[in-house]
Amino acid sequence: MTRKQRRLVLIGAALGVLGLALALVLGALRDSIVFFQSPTDVAEGKVAPDKRLRLGGLVKDGSVKRNDLLIEFAVTDGNKDVPVSYRGIVPDLFREGQGVVVEGKLGAGGQFVADTVLAKHDENYMPREVADALKKSGRWKEGEGGKK
Amino acid sequence: MIAELGHYALVLALGLSLIQGVAPLIGARRGDAALMQLGSSTALMQFVFAAASFAALVACYLMSDFSVANVFQNSNSQMPVIYKFTSAWGNHEGSMLLWVLILALFGALVAGFGSNLPATLKADVLAVQAWIGAAFYLFILFTSNPFLRIAEPPFEGRDLNPILQDFGLAVHPPLLYLGYVGCSIAFSFAAAALIEGRIDAAWARYVRPWTLGAWMALTVGIAMGSYWAYYELGWGGWWFWDPVENASLMPWLAATALLHSAVVMEKRDALKIWTLLLAILAFSLSLLGTFLVRSGVLTSVHTFASDPTRGVFILAILVIFIGGSLALFAWRAPALTQGGLFAPVSREGALLLNNLFLASACATVFVGTLYPLALEALTGDKISVGAPFFVLTFAPLFVPLLLAMPFGPLLAWKRGDAYGAAQRLLAAAAVGVMAVVIVLIAEGGSVSLAPFGIGLALFVMGGAVTDLAERTGVVRIPFAAARARAAGLPRSAWGTALAHFGVGVTLLGIVAETHWNAERIVSLKPSQAVTLRHYELTFEDVVARQGPNYREQVARFAVRRDGQVLATLEPSKRSFATRGMTTTEAALLTRGVSQLYVSLGDTAADGALVVRIYHKPLVLLIWLGALVMALGGALSLSDRRLRIGAPKPAAKSTLAPAE
Repeated sequence: MTRKQRRLVLIGAALGVLGLALALVLGALRDSIVFFQSPTDVAEGKVAPDKRLRLGGLVKDGSVKRNDLLIEFAVTDGNKDVPVSYRGIVPDLFREGQGVVVEGKLGAGGQFVADTVLAKHDENYMPREVADALKKSGRWKEGEGGKK
Repeated sequence: MIAELGHYALVLALGLSLIQGVAPLIGARRGDAALMQLGSSTALMQFVFAAASFAALVACYLMSDFSVANVFQNSNSQMPVIYKFTSAWGNHEGSMLLWVLILALFGALVAGFGSNLPATLKADVLAVQAWIGAAFYLFILFTSNPFLRIAEPPFEGRDLNPILQDFGLAVHPPLLYLGYVGCSIAFSFAAAALIEGRIDAAWARYVRPWTLGAWMALTVGIAMGSYWAYYELGWGGWWFWDPVENASLMPWLAATALLHSAVVMEKRDALKIWTLLLAILAFSLSLLGTFLVRSGVLTSVHTFASDPTRGVFILAILVIFIGGSLALFAWRAPALTQGGLFAPVSREGALLLNNLFLASACATVFVGTLYPLALEALTGDKISVGAPFFVLTFAPLFVPLLLAMPFGPLLAWKRGDAYGAAQRLLAAAAVGVMAVVIVLIAEGGSVSLAPFGIGLALFVMGGAVTDLAERTGVVRIPFAAARARAAGLPRSAWGTALAHFGVGVTLLGIVAETHWNAERIVSLKPSQAVTLRHYELTFEDVVARQGPNYREQVARFAVRRDGQVLATLEPSKRSFATRGMTTTEAALLTRGVSQLYVSLGDTAADGALVVRIYHKPLVLLIWLGALVMALGGALSLSDRRLRIGAPKPAAKSTLAPAE
């Protein structure tokens, strides 16, 4: 093999692998990313049903209902509430009045069917997305609650 | 008093690092041996002061000195001693202090054990190391000082985040930092080579042991973190593609690539510029990881309370060091002597392929991790890139890499024989194909990727065994002769085979856990039973216990198989009064390398208990494989070739390398 051919093979292999990686990334970015929405966005119908999304806000006081394994609660940003249902075990720090992020799809009748419930790992910590959603709805004051 | 001494020691360490950053550099330019020697002595003293500072913080924690704000916020007098000790780095300030301590340790190690290095290279390396150190000392002193006092000392501390009150905190962060910061040595060597404008095969030989050590620590550190998350968070998951996990995976991928490309550089004097770039990238990604975790831009268990000035400061460090080193690279690299070209089918060709795939996989993780941040900064849209993205991108890049992996060690340097290697891998391939068929049949023909994953894992393991069998000739020549050959085989050859075998072991665990994980969530009343696979669990009762700084409700389950009681599992919920937090402690029953996992949910008003039960076949292999990889690294590190450093030219002719 001549020097030129060797160089071509090396460059070809490098471009091939990088091209493969690029194609995979672009393909996956189109299909597998999940948008974050606030309860106001969802309640105002800005969200298509059957599309995966993340919803963040506070668990509304007095909204948690447990029925065996099924848990129903409302996520609020102070302006609007979105009813959420989840089947399974919620994290230890899931509590009324606390920040929560749920992931799933908006079902028929405006109920959000979650398959993942994320709460925080620290009682002082507010998920940034939730803090932003609350700021947007004007229900957030600096230095209050999740100041950290 | 102790806190002030710690603070003072830290300032002194900063002063020393400033001297260390300048004097040796000037010495190396002027050929002044005394100035260059100053680099070594300041590096050693800098370590002594950094260690003194860290010891002071630990002492404050052990004495529960709540007049120190950091101790007040993260400790409690009721905590067991081990957690008082580990909580010294279970917070932002303390963990940064641990970071610089390890950085200073590595600097001191280079100073102490780098006697085989050329004097100017050593001086330059220590100077670059000192710049990194100085930047982080400034960061700690100005934004994250752990020694600040409270004017009116409280009587009791606010306790450590209960999730961190675990033995994992004693192991995971120090190991991970050893890995992250260990990459700084390769980085400093790269910067020094660029400053000197000279790079040769010996350079690769100096850098490899440091990279190998860092890689081992990173491997075990990541695996430990994964196992910790698995048993502590109660979800039974071991990898979430969380940005913080990715932040540790990226340097690991880059360091793995660096280990392999440094071999090519050492043996064949090729891929030099690329190896240099990888050395810069590996540490840049470690810095990026530190930024992502410490700046608070991400939401994660690793993000302690944080304020924005820190993020800006770390970002500045990031820009200066990554930007500076890449600029230095762009400016100086073209002047370096290029490495030679080589045939595509050869050991070095295979190692290059390995680098291409590892670098691409690293790039996809990079995109997936930073895309949400970039998109939010540009358009304000908030997105999350989760497991589906990484499965779709990372896995397809790793499959060809793993398929090619057994071929690499079987190819000769310069000109390999791909057909011959394929022939020698027939046995391993047969094992893999058989596994695919057996699993397909056992699965009843249902279509999934699992059989192929199992087959690939066995092929990789078989490939590692084939490599050793070929080197020792155990199949072809009499056993005694093969044993003699095995004894004469360099330890790095054993290390390579073992590490590659470990990759197969981990893959086997991953495939089995992902595909055959069984999960049940049920609501149980006392004396009710539930069956999962061949295990029957009976909920007996709930008892209350008092821990040192918590109260716990322990649910007891009798585990039976075929009517025989195997064990009593005791998952619990712990309430920590100080922080008003509850944690779930999962209970694990290990059978071979598989585990039964029980974790508690809420208790209903009528006494029914929600329980989550998993059966995870072969799950322990995921972490055992990582340990095997690290063990392979350790074997390789103990190789004489690496210990003695660069060979004397005369010795080369008499001692022919065995591979």
